[in-house]
Amino acid sequence: MGKIGLILIGVGVLFLFWVIGIFNALVRLRNQVKNAWSQIDVQLKRRHDLIPNLIETTKGYMKHERETLEKVTAARTAAMSAQSVGEKAQAEGMLSGVLGRLFAVAEQYPDLKANQNFLALQEELTSTENKIAFARQGYNDQVLFYNNKIQMFPSNIIAGMFGFAQQEFFEIQDQAEKALPKVAF
Amino acid sequence: MWELARSNKRKSIFLFAGMLLLLVGLGFFAGGAFDPQAGPFLGVTLAMFLWIIQLIISYFAGGSIMLALSGAKPVTRDMHPRLFNIVEEMKIAANLPVLPKIYVIPEEAPNAFATGRNPQKSAVAVTAGLLSRLNRDELQGVIAHEMSHVLNRDILFMTLVGVSLGSIVLLSNIFLRGMFHSGSSSRYRSRGKGGGQAALIFLAIAIVFAILSPIMAQLLYFAISRRREYLADATGVRLTRYPEGLASALEKMSRTDLVLSRVNKVTAALYIVNPLKRKGMQLADLTATHPPISERIKILRSLTYGVNFAAYQKAFESVRGRPASLIPKGGLSDAATVALRAPSKDTGPVEPVPAQRIAGDLIMAASGFTFVTCACGLKMKTPPDFRGNSLRCPKCGKVNSVNAA
Repeated sequence: MGKIGLILIGVGVLFLFWVIGIFNALVRLRNQVKNAWSQIDVQLKRRHDLIPNLIETTKGYMKHERETLEKVTAARTAAMSAQSVGEKAQAEGMLSGVLGRLFAVAEQYPDLKANQNFLALQEELTSTENKIAFARQGYNDQVLFYNNKIQMFPSNIIAGMFGFAQQEFFEIQDQAEKALPKVAF
Repeated sequence: MWELARSNKRKSIFLFAGMLLLLVGLGFFAGGAFDPQAGPFLGVTLAMFLWIIQLIISYFAGGSIMLALSGAKPVTRDMHPRLFNIVEEMKIAANLPVLPKIYVIPEEAPNAFATGRNPQKSAVAVTAGLLSRLNRDELQGVIAHEMSHVLNRDILFMTLVGVSLGSIVLLSNIFLRGMFHSGSSSRYRSRGKGGGQAALIFLAIAIVFAILSPIMAQLLYFAISRRREYLADATGVRLTRYPEGLASALEKMSRTDLVLSRVNKVTAALYIVNPLKRKGMQLADLTATHPPISERIKILRSLTYGVNFAAYQKAFESVRGRPASLIPKGGLSDAATVALRAPSKDTGPVEPVPAQRIAGDLIMAASGFTFVTCACGLKMKTPPDFRGNSLRCPKCGKVNSVNAA
């Protein structure tokens, strides 16, 4: 014992703190990934909530566009009932497409274009689309940092010990969107 | 990766250490000039004391002081939904914990800044002129740049550096004034013979130090500030994936002759483009808080293949024509190409709203006016002492209810 013992204890304590530090960093990163994922869901729901308002506002002006409006409603219903990630991606892609079509048609109605309510809704929907894209981007960024941390030495040892698993990038939706015909605004 | 961007402080911290050294040196020699034995120690203590007091004040109130100095007013969501939406978008892209508070400065000159202590307590402020001039993508670019200052912790760091600059200027002022007033007295001549020589040497060094250190500190301040601007541009476009937005916003901001009325040398460094315009300055490179705008635009415009840090670093080097280490090795490891996105559709009002109207609405909202928007699109503003609960629209005649706040 004596001096050497104390030094050993000191080194041991420092080592423990170091492990705790890395462990906490990993937990923080993993939570950020989870949080980023939930952001996507929040924005998808927001979009679904906005659509009935949009239909209500445009209905009066677009009497001859019943088909377009019905398509939006149908796409919304499909998107809301989609379960798996793949289905969701497909349905949300469809919804983006028909919404784009709706706004394109709205261009032909000057009264509607000047309607404050409609303008506000258009801004909200555009922003929601952006937020969905940014949430996806933010999620993928977070996954990248988290996976890097898990793969890099020395945090990879601690990640292995406590079973931190790699997370997957959210790329399926990109694929689905690519498969869909793009509707120009 | 944001941690890596943050850890790129080595050079900044190096420059910051230089400032602290100046402060300590100033205290040391100024103290020594008054009393060669106990003076240096007392001087350093006084300098540190001054610095710490200012630091504490600015840590807790720096953000609100900055906002008050610029005349910024807090805005609500319904005042400018698009601004709120864009800030939210960038908050999501940056994975920030909370939405920064949003302020608008009722001024014509287009500009913006971010302030606060940390990502939990931050604020962004934009001028009414900025809102009236920029389209959606441009505004997004500017907000992303400001959010990057929040994300990279520049807001606290620049406060720290600004306070140090302030302390040095203050201390050298105190010393030089003290010298001037006590110079005529016989204090030094009446000293004992032993200390006289040392005091004279101290005095000579102290005077040189007191004159030079504020200038040196200012140059350091400018150098740090310029680095942070480039880094915020790089981080900002990585968030928006759309460098053209920020580039054309900067272009619009540089093209105007309008100047901010409430700005000073220290607060100027916080703005996205230098609000203090000096014409025909050749020495501008050393004394500018901001990199030349044309250079920033050029770098952004040459980002045609990707917007990750490695791409920005490359563009930075090719535009300046020499290797430079703007972003540290660690930050370059996000090598997976980050692709650009297409421009988004602008959903702005059919006619652009003039800045005066935005500013006027803001001042009204800040002083308690209630806004009622009629179905026909007319916006009515009722003063805080309006007592009725309904209002007839003068344009279409519809009676709208007024929700008293």
